[in-house]
Amino acid sequence: MTILVIAEHTNAALAAATLNTVAAAQKIGGDIHVLVAGANAGAAAEAAAKIAGVAKVLVADNAAYANQLPENVAPLVAELGKGYSHILAAATSNGKNILPRVAAVLDVDQISEIIAVESADTFKRPIYAGNAIATVQSSAAIKVITVRSTGFDAAAAEGGSATVEAVSGPADAGKSAFVGEELAKSDRPELTAAKIVVSGGRGMGNGDNFKHLYALADKLGAAVGASRAAVDAGFVPNDMQVGQTGKIVAPQLYIAVGISGAIQHLAGMKDSKVIVAINKDEEAPIFQVADYGLVADLFEAVPELEKLV
Amino acid sequence: MKVLVAVKRVVDYNVKVRVKADNSGVDLANVKMSMNPFCEIAVEEAVRLKEKGVASEIVVVTIGPATAQEQLRTALALGADRAILVESNDELNSLAVAKLLKAVVDKEQPQLVIMGKQAIDSDNNQTGQMLGALTGFGQGTFASKVEVAGDKVNVTREIDGGLQTVALNLPAIVTTDLRLNEPRYASLPNIMKAKKKPLETLTPDALGVSTASTVKTLKVEAPAARSAGIKVKSVAELVEKLKNEAKVI
Repeated sequence: MTILVIAEHTNAALAAATLNTVAAAQKIGGDIHVLVAGANAGAAAEAAAKIAGVAKVLVADNAAYANQLPENVAPLVAELGKGYSHILAAATSNGKNILPRVAAVLDVDQISEIIAVESADTFKRPIYAGNAIATVQSSAAIKVITVRSTGFDAAAAEGGSATVEAVSGPADAGKSAFVGEELAKSDRPELTAAKIVVSGGRGMGNGDNFKHLYALADKLGAAVGASRAAVDAGFVPNDMQVGQTGKIVAPQLYIAVGISGAIQHLAGMKDSKVIVAINKDEEAPIFQVADYGLVADLFEAVPELEKLV
Repeated sequence: MKVLVAVKRVVDYNVKVRVKADNSGVDLANVKMSMNPFCEIAVEEAVRLKEKGVASEIVVVTIGPATAQEQLRTALALGADRAILVESNDELNSLAVAKLLKAVVDKEQPQLVIMGKQAIDSDNNQTGQMLGALTGFGQGTFASKVEVAGDKVNVTREIDGGLQTVALNLPAIVTTDLRLNEPRYASLPNIMKAKKKPLETLTPDALGVSTASTVKTLKVEAPAARSAGIKVKSVAELVEKLKNEAKVI
């Protein structure tokens, strides 16, 4: 049994989610190969070769793979994947974009966002916004799976010494082209990897008031998230959204400020170890999942909290 | 150009679902069903393209039980021109749905296929991408902006770190994210008119598609419940608890 893990990377660096995906592969058992598809992705490939438990790194270096366009990368993965028992990718926007296309080429069903490995063919995954956990079994010859990063502890980034092998694949399919991207800049830890997350909702009132959360987050070394209400109201950019349709986080501490706690938001954070809710409405559903609830005006409580931590 | 929109009948997003006692699935008896929210956004986008004169005809398709006609009628009331129901009472996986949609695409020859990025019941986020592979079309997933320009469509996509724009050759597939648009409500006169719009019913057999699956659900359980929390009286008490009891700061 050999498992192919599709690396999540920016060509220059490996994304942390790859380590969680390798950890999931280790739970399945077998040799683990990592595919780095990109352009000038030597640095990412070197990083992948150092991950503990990885036997081989395949590098497909081609300008067509530079921006991870699924029309170009999926045929490559499907072609290489034919020799493997499992193909895994992180359930990031890239993984979700590419892997179902691979599964369809291979004519197998995909299993999305697993949170646990029961055996080599049986996995657990959340459905209905995390309100139910399904145990699913695959009889496919090649099991195509995306992995929810928060479900697995990261594999060690150092300690491995995998061989690196260059591979080639199909050229540009000519169906799509990368035009540009606009990335939000932040000095704070990445939302999905942060140990502490401070999130604001509609109760923040406006985007300017998020400065209270930024101040608290900087004191705690935390990332700042938001509910969909805060994003839709234009308070903060949408890549800060935590929830069923945004990012899934499971930090040590999640502080929800001015967030009512709709089902869709809870789907993104209810696996956090400790949840704190600060809300002036004591009936807010967020208090049903909070370990510590404080019924208070956030504009008084948050600055006070910042002073005391 | 012709636009094909795929919609799904799902449990309403406000319903808190319950797992059945025998762990065979979630209890959907007597639960309110609606159009998947991402599909509403897909219908809205198609209607806006028609209003701009870009789209000439909107065909809406669903795959599911006879009751899914309700969701097709909703889409017709919102502005779709005609509807196709591929009737199947089986619970179908994304690949089977993508294969059925491929057969409909072959039949209808749309220039653009718009569908939601994921259904809120299975949370799979697969069908659009799979349809992309089966048809060979380019895919613009998680779209927050769609602009048709000549024989291309520019799609701005929501990615983990921000936004990305890609240009796809037509025909193409777009899957909608939440911020693409705000869906309209159907007006009463339009709901009445929608009853007279054509609705064709097909079956997987008639389309020559096998819906067999390689994945089966063994059981469905409720997630582990969180132990009841406490309410603290002051910020000082909260900090004390976080430091000494939970030890997280």
